[in-house]
Amino acid sequence: MGNVLRYIGQAVFYALFAVFIGYFASAPAYVHVAADQAVVKVSFSHGGQPVKPCRQRSKEELERLPPNMRTPMECVRERSPVEFEFELDGQKIYSVSAPPRGLSRDGASTLYRRLTVPAGEHRLSARLKDSVLIDKPNYQHAETVMLKPGQIFVVDFDARHGGFVFK
Amino acid sequence: MACLRFRPRLRHTVLRVESLFDVAFGERLNPLHHLGALGFFFFWVVLASGVYLFTFFDTGITAAYQSVEDIAHHPLRLGILARGLHRYASDAMVVVVLLHLLREWVYERYHGFRWYSWITGVPLLWLMYASGVNGFWLAWDQLAQYIAQMTAEWFDALPIFSEPVARNFLNAASVNDRIFTLQVFLHLGLPLFLLFATWVHVQRITNPKTTPPRALMLGSLAMLALLALFVPVVPHAPANLDVAVGTLRLDWIFLSGYPLIELWSPGAVWVLALGITLLLAVAPWLPARHDAPVAVVDPANCNGCARCFADCPFAAIVMAPHPDKPGHKLAVVDAKLCAACGICAGSCPSATPFRSIAELVSGIDMPALTVHRLREQVAQGLERLRGEARVVVFGCEHAADVARLEGESVAAYRLPCTGNLPPAFVDYVLRGGRADGVLVTGCNGGDCHFRFGNDWTEQRFAGTREPHLRTRAARERVHLAWAGENDLEKLKRELDAYRERLCHLPRLVAPAAATGVALRRRVSHG
Repeated sequence: MGNVLRYIGQAVFYALFAVFIGYFASAPAYVHVAADQAVVKVSFSHGGQPVKPCRQRSKEELERLPPNMRTPMECVRERSPVEFEFELDGQKIYSVSAPPRGLSRDGASTLYRRLTVPAGEHRLSARLKDSVLIDKPNYQHAETVMLKPGQIFVVDFDARHGGFVFK
Repeated sequence: MACLRFRPRLRHTVLRVESLFDVAFGERLNPLHHLGALGFFFFWVVLASGVYLFTFFDTGITAAYQSVEDIAHHPLRLGILARGLHRYASDAMVVVVLLHLLREWVYERYHGFRWYSWITGVPLLWLMYASGVNGFWLAWDQLAQYIAQMTAEWFDALPIFSEPVARNFLNAASVNDRIFTLQVFLHLGLPLFLLFATWVHVQRITNPKTTPPRALMLGSLAMLALLALFVPVVPHAPANLDVAVGTLRLDWIFLSGYPLIELWSPGAVWVLALGITLLLAVAPWLPARHDAPVAVVDPANCNGCARCFADCPFAAIVMAPHPDKPGHKLAVVDAKLCAACGICAGSCPSATPFRSIAELVSGIDMPALTVHRLREQVAQGLERLRGEARVVVFGCEHAADVARLEGESVAAYRLPCTGNLPPAFVDYVLRGGRADGVLVTGCNGGDCHFRFGNDWTEQRFAGTREPHLRTRAARERVHLAWAGENDLEKLKRELDAYRERLCHLPRLVAPAAATGVALRRRVSHG
């Protein structure tokens, strides 16, 4: 009788462990994005323009350089930080100055943001300035989009294809 | 620190829970005494079921999900069983490993000589989680998509990437089949590294318990198999990076930190994870209760028998050439590894109270309670015993407090560990008729604070491990009763019942000769 009770006790503990694992392996449910929401991902990886324009070296300067380094143009490595602004329905959501990566600040400036918005019609507007030598954004794009529930809309940037890519 | 003040209460709770498990499983099979070994066992279940799944798994954006779906339709529900075992054994491993960590902390088994096992356990947590989380990616369903995106965002909080990792998961066009090559490589490599790290983890202990008792293995396996068959693991909808992930059946055992990445921020979760890691890493050096002085070897009395070397649970003793006796060995104690448990002193053949020298010095001894001092204390205790069923109790500092059993007919002695008791002391107590019985107690069975104190004592008393118990008195006069910190009442009842039985035995009487060696019996009036 004692053994039977012990086996029952063991079964109870095994069952409790199984219930704990079985339940928490898949419950409670977690809502990442609600059913009436959409996601806007705003991202770019873009190298800003050099902080100074390239300069023509004079003949005297070239002669002072070792023969293997006599390139006619002198260009700095450091790139400009990329100034970026993003508006949703006329409201400024992001205003970021993305510094160039790298110890010599000669890498790309990058940004990634994920934004959850109610599904429906939205006006998206993005502006980007990639040079310290200019005052106003040299890339901009605005678009009215109809976001379906659960849709992921990406605002990317590709200078080789003309600038902003809304897709 | 608040957590240190909270610990005694938590320890009390843990002991009560363990007592409940004792009732159902018995002390030897109590799963809470085998948490580390169960972690190993669940790892093997994960590995075996993983080999089956890997055989049928295809890599690729669509092929991965489809192959996982196909596995679920294998005949005899083999695929469902394998997938369920793989997932649920992984979850069970996390649970028992976290309980193992909590239990070692509650019992303060991480200070001093135990620092190595504790520190090497910390990276195991990271490897265990990394191995498991990485596995969720392979099904490439919506849960995998969520994990991929959130992991990428979490890693992007570190200023080490030239480009955000999350850009790899911007939309469906961003991902290609090559991601699976990396993931499969990680899912094989991380668990292998985890296995190697667990080997490192148990390096500094003798005979590590890496296999739980067979009954526990069978019970756990049956539980997992039933769970796998009756609550099958089913994938979410296929991943689609153009569509947001909505409601998820999250595995909270592995992924409970993920919602925090959104709720707080990726950086805050890094602070939390690294903070916990740092706290665990420095724990062995935080203020702790004072450790007793370590074992000391007396070369003149050490005969190089190597019993202490064989019995030390923490490999703190090595045998070196004896400096004074050519051809002989000498025990040498590594103070950094010594737990001061005294098991070595209990194993020493020279630690016998019958030696007639005035200052009893054994080959290896504990400065905090030498064999000589113990003999003095026992001799004084025997002098004052009165009444019927006089009992000497030897207990352990980490178990039920035997000092509270003291009485007119009961003398009690606390040792660092039950294994510290040389069996000859039992004979010493019973010879001469100054006591009627000896009760030896210690930590709850199967959970000796110093790992092998209970086992070695049982084996020494059973005559299967040196030094043997050689008492000429009847064996029923020697009683072993394991009782944990919370089991004092149980031990009192055990002592009462034992004394009742002693009353029915013929009373031991002192021999006529002064040597006190001869034993005679007379019928008791009980």
